[in-house]
Amino acid sequence: MGIEVKGEGMGKGMGEGTPRPYTQPELMVAAAAREISDGNVVFVGMRLPLLGFQLAKSTHAPNAVGVYELGIIRDSAAPEPILTMGDLPNLYRAQWLADTADVMGLLQQGIVDVSFIGGAQVDRFGNLNTTYIGGAQNIEMRLPGSGGACDLASLAKRHIIIMAHEKRRFVPKVDYITSPGYGNGAGWRDRVGLPRGGPSTVITTLGVLRFDSATKEMMLVSVHPGVTVDQVLDSTGWPLRVSSEVVTTPAPTPSELATLRRFDPEGYWTSERTAV
Amino acid sequence: MPASKLLSLAEAIARFVPDGSSVALGTALESLIPFAAGRELIRQRKRSLTLIGPISDILFDQIIGGGCASKVRAAWAGNVITGSGYCFRRAVESGSLEVEDHSNLTIAMALRAGAMGVPFMPTRTALGSGLYETNASLREFACPFTGDAVTAVAAITPDVAIVHVQRADEYGNAHAWGNLGVTREACLASKHIIITAEEIAPPEIISSDPNRVVTPGFRVSAVAHVPWGAHPSPVPGHYNRDHQAFIDYQRDSRTLEAFAAWQARWVDSGDDYPALLGEARMASLKIKTRALAEVVDYGY
Repeated sequence: MGIEVKGEGMGKGMGEGTPRPYTQPELMVAAAAREISDGNVVFVGMRLPLLGFQLAKSTHAPNAVGVYELGIIRDSAAPEPILTMGDLPNLYRAQWLADTADVMGLLQQGIVDVSFIGGAQVDRFGNLNTTYIGGAQNIEMRLPGSGGACDLASLAKRHIIIMAHEKRRFVPKVDYITSPGYGNGAGWRDRVGLPRGGPSTVITTLGVLRFDSATKEMMLVSVHPGVTVDQVLDSTGWPLRVSSEVVTTPAPTPSELATLRRFDPEGYWTSERTAV
Repeated sequence: MPASKLLSLAEAIARFVPDGSSVALGTALESLIPFAAGRELIRQRKRSLTLIGPISDILFDQIIGGGCASKVRAAWAGNVITGSGYCFRRAVESGSLEVEDHSNLTIAMALRAGAMGVPFMPTRTALGSGLYETNASLREFACPFTGDAVTAVAAITPDVAIVHVQRADEYGNAHAWGNLGVTREACLASKHIIITAEEIAPPEIISSDPNRVVTPGFRVSAVAHVPWGAHPSPVPGHYNRDHQAFIDYQRDSRTLEAFAAWQARWVDSGDDYPALLGEARMASLKIKTRALAEVVDYGY
């Protein structure tokens, strides 16, 4: 979820001055949608993930099932644009309308394949902070908190983080772990008793990062069109590992863009000035 | 027949939410949020409340801005489509508000433990997280059967739950439909329940469909007829979410002065909220596509 960044700094870095037929959030939503495979059970978070699920469902993953923390399960895209998961079109002909504990139970059982969460601050092992900047004992800024994010990060088979790529947000160690990643490295999740999972992917305003299977450290694997590896390194608060084969993130296709604009016709989530 | 529980919203809040109460609100998450009840808490200058809930959208922020709360036990407090809740931020950062940091699953389990009459519920979430630093209701323990690490979430039993529904009878039997979040647990866990309803319906309408009853009426303390009582959040069958109100509130809560002006206009100017909203705005939010469910047969 975004904090204090609306209209600030967005749109920079991605091929500035070069006209392109899509916005930065559209590229990120398309990248998020590609993380969903057909038939996946997807726990859908607030903001951009709402669109990512709708896009995947309408393109390459028609059999994906969407699970929403307020107690909704959908096997079809909502018939009209939505800004929150509780907007009434998201209830229309849902597969199930239920309780939070019911859908959290599905998550806890281990049958959710993938979930999406946003972050304000992330570290090299994918731990996320959306609660206290400065830490709980030395509060510099109070953020909204976990919502369901801690649960998604604790209990899904894997989760995907979507956030703005800035040095003050990509820090060596987060001030507070709202949503656990890999703690202090390999083996940590087992040691603390988390039953499974961990972050698989971080989709940022600059690129896509994954985690080394042995060390669980974040690694740059893809840069968005017009972004250089150096730019990503400069925007990261620790010496970021870079894959030996960094690729360019595929641009959204015309049909993906057409679908996305049907779901967000006013560009509330996907205009260039939208906070991530 | 039992006695009618129908009260004005002002009377229900005055009688069942004394200063210092713990109050569960916003239990359906993004929808059916009892905003009218929140404004009434502010109007009556309630003090030292503990607010309990999962996310509440901007409701908790408003009640905190009104100076009514000293503690929050919740998973999230902010503005769902814009980010930060500024009253919440100011209160936490200045040290005037205590927070017990939950996740949606831990608050659901805390209320379920209360609803079940047990001291805690086990869950596998939050292990290794910072929530343990800032939530004394979470304890790690070893499962007595498997030895696995498990999070115990202590029961929460609110003094009162305030729940907005589509329709209720005057005895407290209420129909709610849509996603219900933690509403059922919150009602069962609470000592008192205040229902605010879009419509007051004859008892035979409610009893015709007992599966849709949100909580047993005998547990309810008060019912108030409050049309548009969840605006700007959505109510299935009645009205859509008023996104602009949430966008405006971001501006209206950014400073203390702005919030004071918001409170003067929307809270302290009186309780005829539909008149404040205006016909044109209400018309723009009304349901445009009807989607009626098939009738079911409970016959014998």
